Amino acid sequence: MRSTTGGRSSCPLPSAPFPLSSVICRLTAELTLKAHKLGWAPYLLLLPSLAFLAIFFAAPMIQAFGLAFQNGDGEWSTVSIRTMLDDAAFWRSLRTTLLLIVLVIPIQFTLAMTMALVVNAKLKGSGLWLYIFAIPLGISELSAGIIWFAIFTERGWLNSFLEGLGIVDRPIIFLNYQEPLLILLAIVLAEAWRATSIIMIILVAGLQSIPKDYLEAADMLGATTWQKIWRVILPLLRPSIQVALILRTILAFQVFATVIALAGRGLTTLSAESYRWYGDLQNSNVAAAYASLILLLSVISTLFFLWLVPANQDRV
Amino acid sequence: MSTITTPRQDADGDGEAITQRRRSRQHLLSRGALYVAAIVLAVWVLLPIYLISVVAFSTNDAVYEYPRQLIPSGVSAETVTFFINATGVQAAFWRSVLVAVTSLILSTLIGAPAGYAIARFAFRGRDAFRILVLSTRAFPIVILSIPLAVTFINWGIYDSIFSVALMHTALALPFTILITSSIFVSVPRDLEEAAQTLGCTPLMAFVRVVLPLALPGLAAAAIFTFVLSWNEVFAAVILTVRERTLPALVLSSLNASPAPFRFAAGFTMLVPSLIIIFIIRRYLLGLWGRVSR
Repeated sequence: MRSTTGGRSSCPLPSAPFPLSSVICRLTAELTLKAHKLGWAPYLLLLPSLAFLAIFFAAPMIQAFGLAFQNGDGEWSTVSIRTMLDDAAFWRSLRTTLLLIVLVIPIQFTLAMTMALVVNAKLKGSGLWLYIFAIPLGISELSAGIIWFAIFTERGWLNSFLEGLGIVDRPIIFLNYQEPLLILLAIVLAEAWRATSIIMIILVAGLQSIPKDYLEAADMLGATTWQKIWRVILPLLRPSIQVALILRTILAFQVFATVIALAGRGLTTLSAESYRWYGDLQNSNVAAAYASLILLLSVISTLFFLWLVPANQDRV
Repeated sequence: MSTITTPRQDADGDGEAITQRRRSRQHLLSRGALYVAAIVLAVWVLLPIYLISVVAFSTNDAVYEYPRQLIPSGVSAETVTFFINATGVQAAFWRSVLVAVTSLILSTLIGAPAGYAIARFAFRGRDAFRILVLSTRAFPIVILSIPLAVTFINWGIYDSIFSVALMHTALALPFTILITSSIFVSVPRDLEEAAQTLGCTPLMAFVRVVLPLALPGLAAAAIFTFVLSWNEVFAAVILTVRERTLPALVLSSLNASPAPFRFAAGFTMLVPSLIIIFIIRRYLLGLWGRVSR
């Protein structure tokens, strides 16, 4: 019934002037119908994604570890790993990367939570606030690095402000190789500025899924704003917080262009070292060793956050 | 808690009115605090963008001026023009556009069918696939460009726009799958079934009923892939040598370039992303909120 009457009406092209397209149309229709009936359809639809992820995600991941345990001639050896560990820059880069994560993530969460609460409070023009806070989503690491370089450079904006306010009478060299802590602080600010929006968006989406009744109930019981945040909102936001923490940490392990733009060679991170070994030193094995380490640390941090902030709400 | 319940037990409205008044004053106070917070945070986000714009729109000489003036004495396109006309910049710009468009098309073509399958079919392995896609987020995918570079050299596509586009597609694909699946979920299944009852095949029902309804969301997802690719620099700088994308070109010449070049570059790369975020502003919450669930 369906194939006789429906087959024709579902084809957008009139069959008489375009016999060929009509045949193709009917053929694909028959085929998809058949696949649908046999239950193949979902697997056919997944196939391209699975194949692509296998080639460009699974394979390179295995290959990264493979390369890390090979020498330049492709023989199995731990020489690349040892080269990485013995390099003076290794421990510095590891320390900077971890320090950056530890410093920047609490700042970002505080900022993002405040932004999310502001957006969710339905102030006048709440759409505008959301848009403004979301702007850095579209800003690249490199642009952010350059923008904050313009602020922190010796003859830059920060010194101009400080001098204008009469706090200093001579420009301070913030991005000084002798003062890695100051450079780190500049990177932390740049990262907090650029990458807070993603957390904010995730938290806002989480906030909107909190049933209004809960907050009204808290109001009825006379809870203060702080009590509402700590006792109601944060526990219910746990799944969103978990996702945001994982995403942010993974991205923080890749911090690269901001560091290059602000620190040059003054400060280095794991991904910057990976780039240096691949590009400048032409050693893809040591570069892969760094890549493998970043992969490993990312997985560890993800498992850590899954354990630290369980997403199920049984404790609420 | 007992202090709150007592006034209510007075039965007459006296105690009630006092708590009401206290509450409304507290409400006003927290409202005010929220507005202050909103304005401070907005300044924090917008000020750096304003500052780089001032530098980018000054003359080459004014870039070196110190102390800087918050309100510029004059506006000039000299610095931006200098950057745009610098060697290789325009070619790199078009390469970036091409890479972003290719990644957008590839990730939508490959990812949307999978998203549709997750949204519409109940089949064995669906949860496993979802978890697989979700778990890719535990990995810094860009870092995979190091081993991929070795593969691409063997395949003979190293240092090409296409290799960067493939990497960016891999980067965007998990997001595309998750986002498209939630978009398809939001298109009522009844409509699709009604179309099929009225004689459409599943394919035609998809093309004529589901696709038009899902199109705005799909477009927003695709545009987001564009931004992702446009901004990405690590993979681009690893996978290219001569065929640099714009961020890769800027990054690799950063330490050797004069200040006007840097600042104009920072500003120029910013502009397309700002425009795009403005265009898809209505979808931002949907895009990322959905992904986080």
